[in-house]
Amino acid sequence: MNLTRATITEIVEAVKAKSVSAKEVTAHFLKRAEELNPKLNAFTSFNVNAVSQAEEIDARIARGEDPGPMAGVPFGIKEMLCTKGLVTNAGSKILQNFIPPYDATVVARLKKAGVVITGKLNQDEFAMGSSNETSYFGGVKNPWNLDCVPGGSSGGSAAAQAARLCAGTIGTDTGGSIRQPASFCGIVGVKPTYGRVSRYGIVAYASSLDQAGPMVSTVKDAALTLEVISGHDEKDSTTSQRKVPRWSQELSSNIKGMKIGLIKEYMQGGLHADVQKTVDNAVDALKKMGAEIVEVSIPMTEYAVPVYYLVAASEASSNLARYDGVKYGYRAEFQNLSAVELEDFYGKTRGQGFGKEVKRRIMLGTYCLSSGYYDAYYNKAGQVRRMIMNQYLEAFKNCDIILSPVTTSPAFKIGERVSDPLTMYLNDIFTTSTNLAGLPGMSVPFGMSSEGLPIGIQLTATHFEEQDMLNVGFALEDASPVKGKVPHVI
Amino acid sequence: MSYRGYEAVIGIEIHVQLNTQSKMFCSDSTQFNAGDNENTSPVSVGMPGTLPVVNKKAIEFAIKTGLALGCQIRKKSVFARKNYFYPDLPKGYQISQYDQPLCEHGTITFKVGDQQKTVSITRAHLEEDAGKSNHQGDFTMINYNRAGIPLLEIVTGPDMRTPQEAAEYGRTIRQIVRYLGVCDGNLEEGSMRCDCNVSVRKAGSEKLGTRTELKNINSFRFVEKAIEYEIERQIDMVERGEKVLQETRLWDPDKNKTFTMRSKEEAQDYRYFPDPDLLPLIVTEELIQRMKADLPELPIARKNRFVAEHGLPEYDAGVLTAESDLAQFYEETAKVSGNFKGASNWIMTELLRELNNNNLEINDSPITPKNLGLLIGMIDKGTISGKIAKAVFLDMWKDKKSPEEIIKEKGLVQISDPSTVEKIIDEVLTANAQQVEDHKTGKKKNLFGFFVGAVMKASKGQANPEVVNQILQKKLNG
Repeated sequence: MNLTRATITEIVEAVKAKSVSAKEVTAHFLKRAEELNPKLNAFTSFNVNAVSQAEEIDARIARGEDPGPMAGVPFGIKEMLCTKGLVTNAGSKILQNFIPPYDATVVARLKKAGVVITGKLNQDEFAMGSSNETSYFGGVKNPWNLDCVPGGSSGGSAAAQAARLCAGTIGTDTGGSIRQPASFCGIVGVKPTYGRVSRYGIVAYASSLDQAGPMVSTVKDAALTLEVISGHDEKDSTTSQRKVPRWSQELSSNIKGMKIGLIKEYMQGGLHADVQKTVDNAVDALKKMGAEIVEVSIPMTEYAVPVYYLVAASEASSNLARYDGVKYGYRAEFQNLSAVELEDFYGKTRGQGFGKEVKRRIMLGTYCLSSGYYDAYYNKAGQVRRMIMNQYLEAFKNCDIILSPVTTSPAFKIGERVSDPLTMYLNDIFTTSTNLAGLPGMSVPFGMSSEGLPIGIQLTATHFEEQDMLNVGFALEDASPVKGKVPHVI
Repeated sequence: MSYRGYEAVIGIEIHVQLNTQSKMFCSDSTQFNAGDNENTSPVSVGMPGTLPVVNKKAIEFAIKTGLALGCQIRKKSVFARKNYFYPDLPKGYQISQYDQPLCEHGTITFKVGDQQKTVSITRAHLEEDAGKSNHQGDFTMINYNRAGIPLLEIVTGPDMRTPQEAAEYGRTIRQIVRYLGVCDGNLEEGSMRCDCNVSVRKAGSEKLGTRTELKNINSFRFVEKAIEYEIERQIDMVERGEKVLQETRLWDPDKNKTFTMRSKEEAQDYRYFPDPDLLPLIVTEELIQRMKADLPELPIARKNRFVAEHGLPEYDAGVLTAESDLAQFYEETAKVSGNFKGASNWIMTELLRELNNNNLEINDSPITPKNLGLLIGMIDKGTISGKIAKAVFLDMWKDKKSPEEIIKEKGLVQISDPSTVEKIIDEVLTANAQQVEDHKTGKKKNLFGFFVGAVMKASKGQANPEVVNQILQKKLNG
């Protein structure tokens, strides 16, 4: 079996049937990752115990025990997720040596399902970025073109998956951080409904927006992974009590009669020609499969990016206050600590520990929450946010799924936008409203630019209707003109 | 109350540490004597990605307290983050409640001397405590055991006018939370903390003066003294034409003075916003009703009942209801003895004296309410005399035995049989013939008391004094 190109489902079947051992699978992907990582910088660290953990899976199978629904599947985990005993740095100097004594619930559930964690994946610092260029541990390169960014903030996850350095990865999405890099790297990325997946143990960026989700090679793999990590968690009060459907088993490409909505406000031009073509192709393909295309309107969507940056930065300014050099993580060096004023201790530690983009957002958020500005910014942003959500819910009365581009263009060149934060922020124009409204969204590869860079399609469903979204994704995947295409590193 | 033509305006914030088993937002133990940083977890020290989950018990305790203070309980209240940097604040923010507190609009009435005083409770909200910084020489050690312990902050309106009212308010709150069993009310150990806002203004003026906040006062006696001092200090300043500074001050009990802790001129901006990690707290009517049904009789109601139904003097009823356990002890004693006043007297004099001398709480009393009730019953029935009973009481205290056992063992049953008593009297009179003679001739006055004493002595105190009196009366004066 070609392990490199095998799907998660195929690996699980083979491992359970003992036609390949979990140890062999893990060793294969680890070797591949170690060889190719110097080119991509996708992994920040490897799990030295991965092989022995894979052996435990094999032992369980040998003893006739149920090894779990994802037995022996090697996963890379974004640095945002706490992994017991493995450094979890969130892409930041301030956490560079932090080793959590606990697993994020997502990680614990994956492990319980038989997943082997092979290492941690690079990302923008504290998930603040759209190109992976804000990581303290260096940028990640796009496997399709090493001069291009992989997207962000889950750039390491997207690149590692696209280059098949692991069989599956986990990313997090606050304003598009799963979907945008998935689109740039030609993989499937799913951001679940807010509350579907526990945030416990995931380094918080913007608590009311953050969700973790799978970044994998196929829609079915995404459905299976999502099944494993979803569901109520008593450690996270914001998780939903709803039962988790068996998405992977219910997956169906029969979308006849489904109503696909196109957002009027997104169709006012300005898209890269290849992105526009990809969207048009996807719409045609769905029509051919019997879906009905309808136009919906979400007028408030034009405010999504500013509202997102106000909400996210405000929450981040508070969430990141705990990184103060007192209890764990980076502490600035002081000649004579006892003579240092508390303010200087914080100032120096945080000044050295955080990167430029993180500081920018902390300042922005602190300002928005300040007395006298709170109503004009944070409160107002909250009001607009509710209006955006209501308009989405209104739109979903007329359609089952909303289809849109993920970004205005394919992956851009490394360094191209780094000095222009505003252009960089506008990159999130199609993805942020999904988070603001708490809706599930995904990116499915469906096109290729003339320069050979992947282009994804974004699908959005109403709250907790991931099944519809996965089904349309499944249908698109099947009809995709770029099906089976992989970067040349493979 | 006027001070040199000025009026004082006092408002109080009391932090009540709710004595739940676990912390406000995680399962760490709240045990008081744990080793440094033993009661901590990734959640309470604010490690990355950890999240708060509300403690249901703390919510229940807060609702109960709110109800006891006559508050309205909000069906929907919101936890907010109060952002500020300090090393003992692990997350860089404290989870508290801001514009939508759990309890609000209450009132509480208590007595100050002979006057009824009513104080409005603006709000009572839930929050988590911070850790504790211990400054040792050049370094500061931080103990996070306290970080995350649930606090209920009870805030009054600016309704008090004298230091006595303020202290009495504090005592009343302490009594209530102790009755409810939600807090031990120990100011010295910090399970209750009292901050007083004090300002002065010309009597009759509506405009509030600049206030100072007095923090960390560890007894209500000091609350009274500190406010007293602060009122005089502020009036002196105003009289001298100086401005009172808005600041936080501490009480120095050795110097009997308040002094500046920090100036509040640059008001801190806490950047409150709703905590996105917690959903709004929804309280059902059913829970409120359940908490209401669960409320014990509160001290004021109990005191009134002891006066009205048991016929106790107001002072006695006040002493007996100071603590719920003491009131309970009294009620059980009264029930067994069938004598309200007797039970009250014995507890207030004998029992409280012994408890005080031995530094014991009512619950540690070696004498049970049942045994004390039996003892009182035996006096009432004439089985033993009041004087013997006091000796029996001390034996009960020492040996933890029932009064019957002690009386039996020591043969202390009262001698009320007239012929037995007469025999003893005759012996005494014979042995003291000279005194009998003096008495009869009137040579010496008031010898009757001498004979009673001699008879009691001869009977080892067991003779029934009434019978002794009657027979002696007949023999000497008949």
